[in-house]
Amino acid sequence: MSNIPVELKYAKSHEWARINDDGSVTVGISDTAQDQLGDMVFIEVPEVGQTLTAEEACAVVESVKAASDVYAPLGGEVVEVNEGLADSPETVNNDAYGEGWIFRLEPAAVGELEALMDADAYEAFLASEDH
Amino acid sequence: MLIFEQSHTGRRALAQAPMQSADTSDIPDSMLRTDEPGLPSTSEMQVVRHYTRLSQKNFSIDTQFYPLGSCTMKYNPRACNTLAMLPGFLARHPLAPASMGQGFLACMYDLQEILKEVTGMQAVTLTPMAGAQGEFAGVAMIRAYHDANGDTGRTEILVPDAAHGTNPATAVMCGYKVHEIPTDAQGDVDVAALKLAIGPQTAGIMLTNPSTLGVFERRIEEIAALIHEAGGLLYYDGANLNAILGKVRPGDMGFDVIHMNLHKTFSTPHGGGGPGAGPVGVSKRLEPFMPVPVVGYDGDEYYWITEAVRPQSIGRLSAFMGNAGVLMRAYIYARMLGSEGMHRVADYATLNANYLMARLKEAGFDVAFPGRRATHEFIITLKRQQKELGITAMDFAKRLLDYNFHAPTTYFPMLVPECLLIEPTETETREELDAFVAAMVRIQEEAENSPELLKEAPHTQPVRRLDEVRAAKQLDLAWSGPAD
Repeated sequence: MSNIPVELKYAKSHEWARINDDGSVTVGISDTAQDQLGDMVFIEVPEVGQTLTAEEACAVVESVKAASDVYAPLGGEVVEVNEGLADSPETVNNDAYGEGWIFRLEPAAVGELEALMDADAYEAFLASEDH
Repeated sequence: MLIFEQSHTGRRALAQAPMQSADTSDIPDSMLRTDEPGLPSTSEMQVVRHYTRLSQKNFSIDTQFYPLGSCTMKYNPRACNTLAMLPGFLARHPLAPASMGQGFLACMYDLQEILKEVTGMQAVTLTPMAGAQGEFAGVAMIRAYHDANGDTGRTEILVPDAAHGTNPATAVMCGYKVHEIPTDAQGDVDVAALKLAIGPQTAGIMLTNPSTLGVFERRIEEIAALIHEAGGLLYYDGANLNAILGKVRPGDMGFDVIHMNLHKTFSTPHGGGGPGAGPVGVSKRLEPFMPVPVVGYDGDEYYWITEAVRPQSIGRLSAFMGNAGVLMRAYIYARMLGSEGMHRVADYATLNANYLMARLKEAGFDVAFPGRRATHEFIITLKRQQKELGITAMDFAKRLLDYNFHAPTTYFPMLVPECLLIEPTETETREELDAFVAAMVRIQEEAENSPELLKEAPHTQPVRRLDEVRAAKQLDLAWSGPAD
């Protein structure tokens, strides 16, 4: 079974977003996404200071199977990226929701989070994709 | 063991010694090396055994069925090699005047004409050195066309998500933004989504037809009309030409530019890093922008068409006119087939694919698009096996090696989970296809009864299952001396 933490928000393109205490939002890819992609070999993170709009391609995850874009689940300015992924991309496989985070942004409009799915909706979405 | 590891100081073989010594007296001392090059010192027999053993480790079309979807691993007749290596072709110098290379130029002119006829395009240039360069030339011409019309607001190329991965890369290399178009449940381009995506920013669309899903794009004429109405152009990726050779023509479907992978459809060598050839065909409106040189014929003599008469050309892609020896092989192959043979290529490529698909379906495998007729290739999905047995497409692929079959393409296209993309090609016998089905059936039985056989496969190859992450991350490609 997929691991879908209830406190996160999810995009149809399989990113998760977590709102932090300081108002920033941490972004990564879901456990289902890492599972389908398989063993990661390279993660390209965005640049700190880069301004993103929602659904903009801003990072790349490359596995032994394929390279896929990661899309910003909401707009904002990138304030921190996970530098550790350069040396240890497998962290995304091992801990997709924790140490495998990809970047953190300062949201332009936090309301955009509302457009994302909650855990139940994401689970239903996965089931519908799994036709 | 590497040939370097067999080296023994002082051992040498006359067969490998240079035939002549060179006079280096006019090279300044500072530019002459003082140490010896790090070449292995081995006997002639060691070299023969080493490379013979290496060749025996190959999986190749000369030894095994090779149904690698999207790659068209068909048999290349030996005659193409033999004839392309006739001394007159082999010894022709690329700087020799056209008057001294009329035979070669005549072959190239005929090849241009044959490819024009097969694709239904207005003109063909042979100069791109590989499929990727052909793609680049194609989109660069689209850009040059819009620029020449002062139409600079067109910034976007539409690419269906079923396209080859090279298509978006090419569009970006030519300075365009890529807009992805989804595929509908039947494997066709989602025309409703396409309509929404088309606008004044549309420079063109890149399509493969048949698509990488192994089905023919049924609404192609409607798509062509929509793009043309918006002022955009249509690019055809010729990767899957094998299925339609002599049957339907991209030019008749409304395409403006097409690249052809001669190594797939026209019997030139695959892999090994080339040399390749990626001729490009164009519609009338793109002809002025074609890369040069092109071979012309005035009814009497063959000659080079260059920048002098094509001032709007996107220019040259290589020092001369492409990989001459590769183009010769394609020419000979096309002449051996004739127009009737071209039809038979498509007939048997699609018949073999549909036969294999029907037999695998009958054997209980899940076809990705069961309602569709296969073109030259088709997809099965092992999603059910993954769910129920924990066996993946990769496990099946690795186990097939133990049964002495090259694996089909795995995990491409990405739209279909746990997929195998299977392309038998027209050159396989029915017995070979039946043997492949039998192997798949046995592997399915193994998956149910002794899954470890698949999980640990391959068992019979020179190397076992590789650590793909390590292979991708810690490249070890160059000999750097003994480990001590």
